[in-house]
Amino acid sequence: MPEAMLEVAGLSKSFAGRGSRSGAAGVKAVDDVHFTLARGETLGLVGESGCGKSTLSRLVLSLLDADAGSVRLGGTDFAHAPRRQKRAMRQRIQIVFQDALSSLNPRMTVGVNIAEPMRLQGIGSPAARRAEARRLLARVGLQAEDEHRYPHEFSGGQCQRIAIARALVLKPEIIVFDEAVSALDVSIRAQILRLILDLQQQFGLSYIFISHDLGVIKRICDRIAVMYLGRIVEIGSSDSVCRAPRHPYTEALLRAIPIADPRRMRVEDLGLIEGDAVEPAKAAACPFEPRCPKRFAPCGEAPPPLVEVAPFHQAACYLNDPEAQGRSS
Amino acid sequence: MSEGRDRILSVENIRTRFGGDRAGATVVDGVSFTLRRGLTTALVGESGSGKSATALSIMRLIDPPGRIPSGRVLLDGVDLLKMSEREMEAVRGARIGMIFQDPLTSLNPALTIGRQIAETILAHRDVTSAEAQRQAIELLIRVGVQDAARRIRDYPHHFSGGMRQRVLIAAAISCSPSIIIADEPTTALDVTVQAKILRLLHNLQKEMQASLLLITHDLGVVASMADEVLVMYAGRIVERADVDTLFHRPRHPYTKALLECVGGIEDDRNVPLEPIAGAAPDLRNPPKGCRFAPRCKMARDICRAQDQPLLPVADGHEVACMLAQAEAVDA
Repeated sequence: MPEAMLEVAGLSKSFAGRGSRSGAAGVKAVDDVHFTLARGETLGLVGESGCGKSTLSRLVLSLLDADAGSVRLGGTDFAHAPRRQKRAMRQRIQIVFQDALSSLNPRMTVGVNIAEPMRLQGIGSPAARRAEARRLLARVGLQAEDEHRYPHEFSGGQCQRIAIARALVLKPEIIVFDEAVSALDVSIRAQILRLILDLQQQFGLSYIFISHDLGVIKRICDRIAVMYLGRIVEIGSSDSVCRAPRHPYTEALLRAIPIADPRRMRVEDLGLIEGDAVEPAKAAACPFEPRCPKRFAPCGEAPPPLVEVAPFHQAACYLNDPEAQGRSS
Repeated sequence: MSEGRDRILSVENIRTRFGGDRAGATVVDGVSFTLRRGLTTALVGESGSGKSATALSIMRLIDPPGRIPSGRVLLDGVDLLKMSEREMEAVRGARIGMIFQDPLTSLNPALTIGRQIAETILAHRDVTSAEAQRQAIELLIRVGVQDAARRIRDYPHHFSGGMRQRVLIAAAISCSPSIIIADEPTTALDVTVQAKILRLLHNLQKEMQASLLLITHDLGVVASMADEVLVMYAGRIVERADVDTLFHRPRHPYTKALLECVGGIEDDRNVPLEPIAGAAPDLRNPPKGCRFAPRCKMARDICRAQDQPLLPVADGHEVACMLAQAEAVDA
């Protein structure tokens, strides 16, 4: 494995339930998450609404404080670094959100928006910052002259290009894309994905790509992590996870996606899973147990650990554990 | 598929304008198609292509200053565009059921869901409110809402997104309409919930032998649900074909490019992504001639000079592209 740029270990975060006092059991949004990200690699985080993928991204960026665990950037613990060091570390990891327009300051011109992170970090003269903004505008497929216009004058796809330029301005090593192409039309989505891939090649960037759209994830990620109720239930190379999933939830997700080919899939072929993603009544159970079509005795007793099931491929499911299979029969 | 048989609704050359005469835009520009009994027609296009405006025009839900200056919408031979508002109210909900993308904004947050479904029934049927209430429970059971007899007393915010969409579907089918219009019914939902809603819509449509007009931007949804597909671009239909032909023998350069984008996104990581350059035109000031010409790799001078009518290239397959029509003759 190449050198890890980013190491996330034991990361957990709970939110207190509505109206509950401190001490009351809350919702475990992120529950003991581990992963690494290598230089130049793209890791996809996939899961449905409420699975904790956006909370995880905010923990990684240290925009939220974790309850437990660490986020190491080039070996230094980001989350627990002193304030000044944290500030410097922020340059190395940037984020692009789904709603580009609302992530840009509507009162600032596009040029000022893009250069703003440099100003906040105290980098460069005003002239140097402006030159950088103009250079990046051209790089993301807009015109240097667009620097004088305001965000509302641009389309959704163009705003996403501006947000990407702003994410690049501090020359980061890692960019987190949080549903960054989800709201875009197909033809525009392809344009932005192409840009994202080209930038990665040019700058050797590492990406964390968060999406509920497994199609997009499959297309651009080297590895995929599947999240369910705050936990990573499966992680491995894109090919391995998509072609030979080892967790029933991953299987269910893959079978629920309509394929753009009527000869390969019609509505009758769509996979259906029971129920909704809710915490199981038994705290000790596998989180997917209540909905799992393949559940058996051990699933209700203890949550399965994430274990190696194939080279560079881990899954948290007792189906992969011959010993658990034996116990149940 | 015979063209004349089982035709329920014919949309003929409708134009829909938003905004004033000078600053306005013709968002639906000469759209024609028919819906047939028991079949699903998908209307697919990107944002701003006019697909939702087409649906709203059929239902006469275009608010002024928007208007429908020309065209006909024939339901059993009667033009909906010429009906009085009162007559039209009897059509909405009873003859044509409608399901929108965002069930939370289509449901009244201050009324229980039982009351909302019962009101639709009471508006169109001569039944007692107790009977309407009983039918509401039956409908909720039919769309898969568990514990329906108790849940009719709940408010919309008590339901998850998927369950709200089921409630909306129950209201839409409450008067057994012959046509169901579903505008991006699963766009806001997670994929596992989407799969359930698509299956439900499909099953109901088959049971009722209704005609389903499914509006979506998602070609995966189109491929799994549609019998026939209409591709819209910048206010016009550019291609019409049965679902297999559309995905396997598309003729219009826009349809082809769109499918390449999706194939590029979804399939092989080694195939380079080939996005369509540029963006859709501003309909306040549309280009002359074919509206896709500015983005089309094949475009010639004639494409930019004159409009491209939708013409048949095979049985049940129509394309609005002179080059594709010529190609089809050669083939």
